[in-house]
Amino acid sequence: MTGWGADEVSVRFGSRQALDRVTVSAVPSQVTVVVGADGAGKTTLLRCVAGELAPVAGTVRRPPARRIGYLPSGTGVYVDLSVAENLRFRSAIYGIPASAARRHIGEYLERTGLDAAADRLAGQLSGGMLRKLGVVAAMLPEPELLVLDEPTTGVDPVSRADLWWLIARAVADGAAVLMSTTYTDEASRAGRVLVLDSGRTLADGTPAEIVAAVPGTIAVLPGPPAAGDERRRAWRRAGAWRVWLPPAAPTVGEVVTPDLQDAVCVAALRRELAAFGAFGADGASGADGAFGAGDG
Amino acid sequence: MRAMIVKEFRQLRRDRRTLAMMIVMPVLLLVILGYAASFNVPDVPTVVAGPGAAAVGRALPKAFRLAGTYQASASAQAPAAWARDQLRDGHAAVAIVTGAGPGPQVLIDGSQLFDAQKAVQELAALRAGTPGDPITSAATTTASVAGSALAAPASVQILYNPELKTSFIMVPGLAGVILVFVGTVITSLGVVRERQAGTMEQLAVMPLRPADVFGGKVIPYFAVALADLAIVLGVGVGIFGVPFRGSAATFALGALLFVFVTLGLGVLISSVSQTQGQAIQLAVMTLLPQVLLSGLVFPLAAVTIGVRWIAYILPLTYFTEISRGVMLRAQPITSLWLPFACLALLGVVVTTLATLRFRAFLAPGAGK
Repeated sequence: MTGWGADEVSVRFGSRQALDRVTVSAVPSQVTVVVGADGAGKTTLLRCVAGELAPVAGTVRRPPARRIGYLPSGTGVYVDLSVAENLRFRSAIYGIPASAARRHIGEYLERTGLDAAADRLAGQLSGGMLRKLGVVAAMLPEPELLVLDEPTTGVDPVSRADLWWLIARAVADGAAVLMSTTYTDEASRAGRVLVLDSGRTLADGTPAEIVAAVPGTIAVLPGPPAAGDERRRAWRRAGAWRVWLPPAAPTVGEVVTPDLQDAVCVAALRRELAAFGAFGADGASGADGAFGAGDG
Repeated sequence: MRAMIVKEFRQLRRDRRTLAMMIVMPVLLLVILGYAASFNVPDVPTVVAGPGAAAVGRALPKAFRLAGTYQASASAQAPAAWARDQLRDGHAAVAIVTGAGPGPQVLIDGSQLFDAQKAVQELAALRAGTPGDPITSAATTTASVAGSALAAPASVQILYNPELKTSFIMVPGLAGVILVFVGTVITSLGVVRERQAGTMEQLAVMPLRPADVFGGKVIPYFAVALADLAIVLGVGVGIFGVPFRGSAATFALGALLFVFVTLGLGVLISSVSQTQGQAIQLAVMTLLPQVLLSGLVFPLAAVTIGVRWIAYILPLTYFTEISRGVMLRAQPITSLWLPFACLALLGVVVTTLATLRFRAFLAPGAGK
């Protein structure tokens, strides 16, 4: 594998398998997004790559600690220090020269609208501002690898835009960005996406590759799905029912062009149906490509 | 309300430490205090020096336990000097010097308050000669040279704390309690706060060695603890008039060792606590026995042996011995080697455990 990341890593927490032979790669000047539902293993994978957690199996490729920027799932900053104090502390730990630190801090704070809050305690910031501060702090050492655990979760649209500006800036500076999110619309902007489900890889590739690998078609149903097999292949999205139609299945409803969210849903459904033994009955087994990666 | 009560019980059942504190602590405290909470020392360790030392030693009244005799004849000054050294070094609370005059000279160590008070009471009873009193009986028997001698001593002198002031013995010990508070309670809270805020995981991936994080966390509290110590001593000496007779260097060394242990305890507690509440519970569980069993409040000699052993694994026991010895009796470091050695040993054990736990806390490991 190229760049930084993890190869075939497994992590166990007691009897629970948190990660099962997961591989992820973060290459310079590109955003790699790990997407998945709560408890999918996103945080565990990022902790492994950042060096906070050692896997029981597999290897991790990462630069020296001085060249890693990390935003953990928590705030990542000291709530009883001011914004400026937090950033000065981070600069001192990473040995960033004072002049460079001042320049970067000034630019980032101004661009993200945090400059007016520089002397405010981090604990008094809103959730979005706190997240932006965490990302700015992680970016200060101009890292080769920037690991961000759900930087945009629970953040308002304006702050999300600011956060994406920061991420784009890190990419432009040559950083390999590895971030997690629960939003597939964000994942679709990434150079590469890894979809996790219950600690296992569900899909891996560029957003286009993952979408292209959906076998069959997706259709929007005019009403609720019929009980039985159709019901098992259906999900609700934006107030309407969608159904996955495997290659051999009869067409129902209005066929739509799938996007990344549809592709992730289909991947999850296929795993679930396979586990039930219903997948083979659809005649859609033997799928390959991105969805097959890491299965089982 | 019923739902609230049920919810509260469910939460309590899952919070094992609080439950343990609520159920086990009262029982433990009752047992410990039942055996420890006594100001009555069973007997007063006594040394006898001078030409008649052997005879006086053999016939000491029951309240005075013979802790050593010194039958010197080479120099008239030697027995008195030896006796004073025994008191200074804490080997005895009372010294009887014979042969220096018409009657024995009785020296009492006022820094051992409860022993001194008992000795003064016993001497008064001997002088009163109450019939039927076992002490008086011993004093009036023909063979009881010591008894009759103690009933009419040439002089009784209380050393180190002539007015038997409680503040004189409390202030040196309280300095230790304050160091425990800052060193253990505040340090554990500071470290757990880092964990609770989620910044410890940030520190774990920063270009810092575990020793850097450990030192960085502990040194500020170390400095605050030393500043606190200086304030307590300043107030004790300046306002309460507690003497500081010994070597400041010896005291400082003892304080440094003690702070070393308390900070280690603080870090150890923080490494096994998930929340500040848990850290406070554990810190209180280490603070309380130290206050009750270290000899600070109740004399160690009055504590039942079955409970007293606990005192010997508590750092405050040794610091109290050092601080009282140095401040009140000018005890030299040579005679304080045992509490110093015990503190150093505790320091090594506690700090090693704390460092190992802290390292595990910071170094990556699966299942963390």
